[in-house]
Amino acid sequence: MFGAGGGTSSYREIEETDCILLWGSNARETHPIFFHHLLKGVRSGARLIAVDPRHTSSARWAHLWAGLDVGSDIALANSVAREILAAGLEHKEFVEHATSGFEAFRAHVEPWTLERGERESGVPAAVIRELAHTYATAPRAMICWTLGITEHHNAVDNVLALINLALLTGHVGRYGSGLNPLRGQNNVQGGGDMGALPDRLAGFQHVENEPLRQRFEAAWGVPIPPKKGWHLTGMFEAMERGELTHLYVLGENPMRSEADQHRTRKLLEGLEFLVVQDLFRTATAEAADVVLPGSASWCEAEGTVTSSERRVQRVRRALPPPGEARDDLEILFEIARRLGHDWGEPSAERVWDEVRRVSPAHAGMSYARLEAEGGLQWPCYDEEHPGELFLHSRLWERPVVGPRAPFHCLEHDPPVDRLDEEFPLRLTTGRRLEDFNTGVQSGGYVYPRRRGETLDLSPEDADRLGVAEGERVRVRSRRGAVVAPVHIDESLRPGLTFMTFHFPEEVATNLLTIDATDPVSGTAEFKAAAIRVERLAAGDSAERRDRSERNDLVEAT
Amino acid sequence: MTETPIWFTPPPRSPRLPEAPPREVRERIALEIDGERVEVEQGATLLDACRAAGREIPTLCYLETLTPVNVCRICVVEVEGARVLAPACSRKAEAGMKVATESPRVATSRKLVLELLASSVDLSTAPGLAELMARYGARPERFGANAASVAQPVKVDNDLYVRDYGKCVLCYKCVEACGVDAQNTFAIAVAGRGFDAGISTEHDVPLPDSACVYCGNCIAVCPTGALMPKPEHDLRAVGRWDEARQTRTDTICAYCGVGCTVTLHVQDGAIVKATSPFENQVTRGNLCVKGRFGFEFVQLGRRR
Repeated sequence: MFGAGGGTSSYREIEETDCILLWGSNARETHPIFFHHLLKGVRSGARLIAVDPRHTSSARWAHLWAGLDVGSDIALANSVAREILAAGLEHKEFVEHATSGFEAFRAHVEPWTLERGERESGVPAAVIRELAHTYATAPRAMICWTLGITEHHNAVDNVLALINLALLTGHVGRYGSGLNPLRGQNNVQGGGDMGALPDRLAGFQHVENEPLRQRFEAAWGVPIPPKKGWHLTGMFEAMERGELTHLYVLGENPMRSEADQHRTRKLLEGLEFLVVQDLFRTATAEAADVVLPGSASWCEAEGTVTSSERRVQRVRRALPPPGEARDDLEILFEIARRLGHDWGEPSAERVWDEVRRVSPAHAGMSYARLEAEGGLQWPCYDEEHPGELFLHSRLWERPVVGPRAPFHCLEHDPPVDRLDEEFPLRLTTGRRLEDFNTGVQSGGYVYPRRRGETLDLSPEDADRLGVAEGERVRVRSRRGAVVAPVHIDESLRPGLTFMTFHFPEEVATNLLTIDATDPVSGTAEFKAAAIRVERLAAGDSAERRDRSERNDLVEAT
Repeated sequence: MTETPIWFTPPPRSPRLPEAPPREVRERIALEIDGERVEVEQGATLLDACRAAGREIPTLCYLETLTPVNVCRICVVEVEGARVLAPACSRKAEAGMKVATESPRVATSRKLVLELLASSVDLSTAPGLAELMARYGARPERFGANAASVAQPVKVDNDLYVRDYGKCVLCYKCVEACGVDAQNTFAIAVAGRGFDAGISTEHDVPLPDSACVYCGNCIAVCPTGALMPKPEHDLRAVGRWDEARQTRTDTICAYCGVGCTVTLHVQDGAIVKATSPFENQVTRGNLCVKGRFGFEFVQLGRRR
């Protein structure tokens, strides 16, 4: 945010904050060790507010739970902002000195009364009010979020809505106050930092910013395409248009992880040439022309990853890759060599030193320092710089150093997949504690309480549908159908259902999800599909049809 | 768009380094450890003071990351003028105290504690205890072959870890780690009284039916091997567990983005155990179930 693509705070700060707004995150299960730090904060007196459609295991620790309707985050945030303003609880000095666009923002949220907030988000007015007052009056306050914010068609607007609240209250750029996206994979942060984004070069530097790009061109001695590329969803659209015909996939399983799987399969199989580099012969690898067996970078290779507190830390080789598998770096160096560019001996440290030369925010992080200091937080501008504990302290300088932080006027835009009589239930997706993504990693160990995929229903909906725990039902969306056993879950409100995507070979949840995506981030709206639940009669031909549909997917693996 | 969006250029460097508010400076107090003067901060324990004086005090139930429960009494020291020995791990240092760390009373007490433990508990997998027994000349056999014992069958009720309460010294560390000090799951507590007291799940149900989420943070703090990952237990059972042949490599967990340091223990080309260093500021020695047990995927037959 504000030009730096990372969370603003450090884990230690959440232990010393006064209010934690956990928004669209079930960190108790998805980021368990971060939740240890959070609970230390709670034990020291911080108020925990959970904003989540489900009364999750995280929400059970909260002093206040705002159970909003899926996809109504902006409605809720606007209403919270309006209440803060109506009660005069905004940080007037910070707003005046450090932000821009405030008057327009004030006018924009003025109609978002508590009553309207309740109507549009499903959160009782009294809860919105308490949320607003607790957050605004806390001496220090944090907002932490995960995919409940970002897996929506308006993901970027959702994030901006949270930023608005921090700007309004001055809860950013100070110790114990900040805005923190919790990253879902061990190097999501680092991948973005290194430029694995369509519009970025290493160091989160914009490729269309000419002076920045020229520095890379000078360092590399080659011209760089001056326009941003496609994000993942853009790539699939380009495949559809026939503009993208060759694809090199490293350590990703889109055949299982993408929304709307029928379409994904068609597009991947329609490619002229597909290379997959992975640990396993995944469903995506099965469709590839060439499979390159890679290494598990966290234990079979040297390198670095970057965590949710911007900490760059070393990964190290504990054992060699098995069989003919090779270090991914070796594979890339070898491909470069065959393309006529000899980069010399592959060395993770040499690659990292190149990052340090082109990215000012990483310049001070030598391997020697990363070893000695247990990792370093960016930005770390030189060998003497300790790294920044929290970001954007510049907003508290008088006068503000650099550009002011802008408010954004945001419209509530409900999920694309509308509920109607035919598809009356909201399906949202997420992770469970013991499992991870499409199960390629977590499927390797036996969790004693793993129950496999289920369609989680509220007790009220299960009653109304007349279905029992464990009963197999057909779940149908506008895009596909799967058969899954029912699990009755009291954390769900009536009308809300939940599935994971951890067991794609049993139940291909992503046949149901919608690929409506955010125009900026390209993230699909995994959090909001419209479904209906159909009971199966014994020997239901529909079940056989669904099973053959599923087997069709299974056969490939 | 006429205005350049804020994310187009990197944010300017902060003119001042962002820092945490200064820590409250506590008064320093002076005391004597074995006749040597040391200074510690007000609020420090005798253990802190002894360590500051370079004395090595044995501990069993104490760990830096946990609240002291002072039940094992191995760490006792003699405070001049005090009627009874003081547990160093939890007794606060006071100005002017005179402390003896290896007086005859202290040595006798530690010896007796070790003898009582070793006569009733299987300490064969407790690292460092054999050396400690030798140091204090502990002779548990003097209680005879029929000394009361907590021996019982190993509980093997899941694929991730086993519980061998014949090795349990009731140090409470697992209870603390499962409770407010780290995990906050509260799956285990002490049940029973006196000699019959033991660590237990709620109503002594098998682990898979308890509140346990298999983070294994109890295993990490167990000082005797009563709690042990199942692969280690199985390798020990067939005589193949050999720490001398193991390498330990620190890396970062392969799962979520918290960035937990995982120490991989590798023997014969396979990961046999995952732990995390207690001094690590992200984990404080804790991991979740995926970090502690989820490494198997890199070495499954399906990759060969």
